[in-house]
Amino acid sequence: MVVSSSRTLRSVLREEAFYFFTSIGNYTGQSAASLDEFLQKIKDIDIKSLEFHLFREDFEKWISQTLGDNQLAQEIKILRTQKVVGNALRDRLYFIVSRRLKELKSTFAPKERAQLSVL
Amino acid sequence: MKSKGQEVILDDLDRQILRFLQANAKQTYTEIGSKLKVAHSTVYDRIQKMEENGIIKKYEVIVDREKVGIPLITAQMNITTDPKETENIAKKLTNFSQVLEVSTSFSEELVILAEVVAKDQAELHSFIAKSIAPLPGVLRIRTAIVTKKYKEERFSLPFRENGLRKKE
Repeated sequence: MVVSSSRTLRSVLREEAFYFFTSIGNYTGQSAASLDEFLQKIKDIDIKSLEFHLFREDFEKWISQTLGDNQLAQEIKILRTQKVVGNALRDRLYFIVSRRLKELKSTFAPKERAQLSVL
Repeated sequence: MKSKGQEVILDDLDRQILRFLQANAKQTYTEIGSKLKVAHSTVYDRIQKMEENGIIKKYEVIVDREKVGIPLITAQMNITTDPKETENIAKKLTNFSQVLEVSTSFSEELVILAEVVAKDQAELHSFIAKSIAPLPGVLRIRTAIVTKKYKEERFSLPFRENGLRKKE
């Protein structure tokens, strides 16, 4: 659990960050290089961007492939299958990600936490 | 052809030769010479000089992508940048084979205009998301996918200096 937490909570390289688009090729200028940053962006990003990425499965792919958190990716997949849109999507996505973040941080060993802050 | 410092001044014959080459670069010196009523050796000399002076940059083949079964989509990207990074970004863009043209423009903001091709929309998006958006200094990207082109021509040299060429 500690290993997966550290992977999920780390900051990734610029090339591996999540870049928010509103449609094909239309980049908003907002990006997230960690789950913490991703949560902050969910609050304010254009709702069109959230809908665009949810239905392309981009959130699920980034969270499972780059951050290595399949559990969170599965929870987001449910939003997609339920076709959640608009502010309901923003609220539910924020709730799911913030809950998972709290959970991961609480299981994070102090030693690992210290290593992460050095990184 | 005369030189004036860095500038090269073309005479009417040079310009006419260029116009023929721009219409069809495969024409022989003899063919061009007979149309202009000058010796093929004159045409050869003029072309050699224009190549040496960099007036003729290169000869290229324009392939009809649809006929060879390579259906590509074309998109026009408008990239808003941090002014400090504009030149770096423009130079980096020139290194991608998917990017056909790169230029800078200033209207309300300093932007880079780039034409890009991809196999399909998924590949276009992936290229922009993975290769362009992460470049330091990229602030925003607006992309328009071209649905139909009504005209596509290269710059054609006017017949006379300072004069517009009349349509034939």
